[in-house]
Amino acid sequence: MSVQVWTWILVGITFSLYFGIAIWARAGSTKEFYVAGGGVSPLANGMATAADWMSAASFISMAGIISFAGYDGSVYLMGWTGGYVLLALLLAPYLRKFGKFTVPDFIGDRYYSNTARTVAILCALIVSFTYVAGQMRGVGIVFSQFLQVDITLGVFIGMAVVLVFAFLGGMKGITYTQVAQYCVLIFAFMVPAFFISMQMTGNPIPQLGMGGKVEGGTFLLDKLDALHTQLGFNEYTGGTKSTWDVFAITLALMAGTAGLPHVIVRFFTVPKVKDARKSAGYALLLIAILYTTAPAIAVFSRTNLIETVSNKEYNTIPEWFKNWENTGLIAWTDKNKDGKIQYVAGSALSSKKPEFTNKRGSNGERLISNANNAANELYVDRDIMVLANPEIANLPNWVIALVAAGGLAAALSTAAGLLLVISTSISHDLIKKQLKPDISEKGELLAARIAILVAIIIAGIFGIYPPGFVAAVVALAFGLAAASFFPAIVLGIFDKRMNKEGAIAGMIVGISLMLFYMIKYKTGLIGVMDPRPANEWWFGTSPEGFGTVAMLVNVVVSIIVSRATPAPPEKVQEIVESIRIPSGAGEATSH
Amino acid sequence: MASKKEKASAYWKENIKYLTILLIIWFLVSFGAGILFRENLNEFRLGGFKLGFWFAQQGSIYVFVILIFIYVRLMNRLDKKYGYDE
Repeated sequence: MSVQVWTWILVGITFSLYFGIAIWARAGSTKEFYVAGGGVSPLANGMATAADWMSAASFISMAGIISFAGYDGSVYLMGWTGGYVLLALLLAPYLRKFGKFTVPDFIGDRYYSNTARTVAILCALIVSFTYVAGQMRGVGIVFSQFLQVDITLGVFIGMAVVLVFAFLGGMKGITYTQVAQYCVLIFAFMVPAFFISMQMTGNPIPQLGMGGKVEGGTFLLDKLDALHTQLGFNEYTGGTKSTWDVFAITLALMAGTAGLPHVIVRFFTVPKVKDARKSAGYALLLIAILYTTAPAIAVFSRTNLIETVSNKEYNTIPEWFKNWENTGLIAWTDKNKDGKIQYVAGSALSSKKPEFTNKRGSNGERLISNANNAANELYVDRDIMVLANPEIANLPNWVIALVAAGGLAAALSTAAGLLLVISTSISHDLIKKQLKPDISEKGELLAARIAILVAIIIAGIFGIYPPGFVAAVVALAFGLAAASFFPAIVLGIFDKRMNKEGAIAGMIVGISLMLFYMIKYKTGLIGVMDPRPANEWWFGTSPEGFGTVAMLVNVVVSIIVSRATPAPPEKVQEIVESIRIPSGAGEATSH
Repeated sequence: MASKKEKASAYWKENIKYLTILLIIWFLVSFGAGILFRENLNEFRLGGFKLGFWFAQQGSIYVFVILIFIYVRLMNRLDKKYGYDE
């Protein structure tokens, strides 16, 4: 059977499963809608958290990014897993004990102030929208690639699908669908990895194969380092970023991970404090399966790619190369007219993406209009590494189709989780807690559903007309979360003396500083249109790593301001004492 | 057992002690072995891996998972000791 038929079959089966679950797990109350009724088992919650966490970016792009970045890619691996240690040790158990629905709930009550709550809602919306904008685009791309439709239609299909399970089921529907999505996506990620690891190193476990030997008895990584040096790239295991920047980015990603509202809210859904801790452990274990496999895939596919294309005649290149060339994700220009592909360090193009003319060259390649004069002749989009991997390794068609189903599961589960946080912020934190406290449960549920509908439409518009800065900004959502929530929550638990003045000042200074830096050095909206160059970065910190600086500023400001203003009231200090003790958590409530 | 308040503060102190130890390990495997001292560790090898590189892309993640499960066990024991388990 062809790949296309297999794709329709596998996507069809998995989607019927998701819809079945969504209908079975309909939400009847606000509690079911916001926190799945508070009765999710730690393992199920761990799986849902993992699916929620691993987006289309983790599934498709991460291995590709690492493949091209080598050691520098470690920031994502450590950053996006190490954050769970912070979450498990510093946040999850205490927030579960506190027992409300949302992060702004905690901030609002702990800092006895509606101003603090409003600042937290704003931060939650900024963080979640930055993140979801990228996801909807990802959903569109995945659908369009796999179902052979254009991206706009892909986004519409994605919107419709997310709407069904988020709208009907709320947190309950999303949680149980995500459990199924986790199984699909991890299976789809691992199967090709096993095959390829076996092929290249004779060891089916990719984590071990990565450190294994290839034919001829050299270690795979040594061979790759040698290939890199030979072609003028930096050593794969070496890296190019400064040690400080690697440090800063990793820390910002870790703190950001622990401070992302859509991750934190997960730990409100389990019955006890004990379960919250265990659930964070399961979540990280399940995430780690993918995160330790991705760098192995990166090494396999990087080696495979170089060996397949470097100095080979275009006419003898395998079919997959030409297929991806037709989609525009690979481009080749025969600059020295020898009919062979020269793949060496440096960009092959004068701008970022290839611009294709409608003509074919003498070898049958697609001609592009923006080739530069550098020695490198090949452009390869990083995103194809995971998608093309099964084809490069000649795996059976059903495996290629399985990757499609996995990519869709990853994209949809993350988008759904984020949209729910956005709708909760509006219906619960804003309407119920501030604007209209006497709203009935039915009314609140209706408001939540309307909010989710509006959020999907806005996210969909971002997906169809992506503002130029979206892609650049998604990674920065972590910096924003690190600069705002993370310190406010941790200080709220561990520093009894922290008061509203300190927390509010810290959050505002932290998020503003981060926004300013990100806009100045990433989008260039302040002053000139081009982002300011890297040599002007403060202390050599990239925008991705600046969350670490903004977070430290937040902490310092919070502590200084809080010590200069009155201590929090007795009642609040009692709340802090009570969340430090695990027993008597009861169920998450709204009052 | 002492008064309720003293019990709570003793529990909290032990909790902080565990957190400090676990977070020091968390810092050492990632920021230490994977970033700050990786050049030195790269002199050593673990099979086909340079050791610093292995910590950055594999080892730190394994340790993170183990740390959380150790924390779960320690805290469950602590909860029992103070009668906070349910």
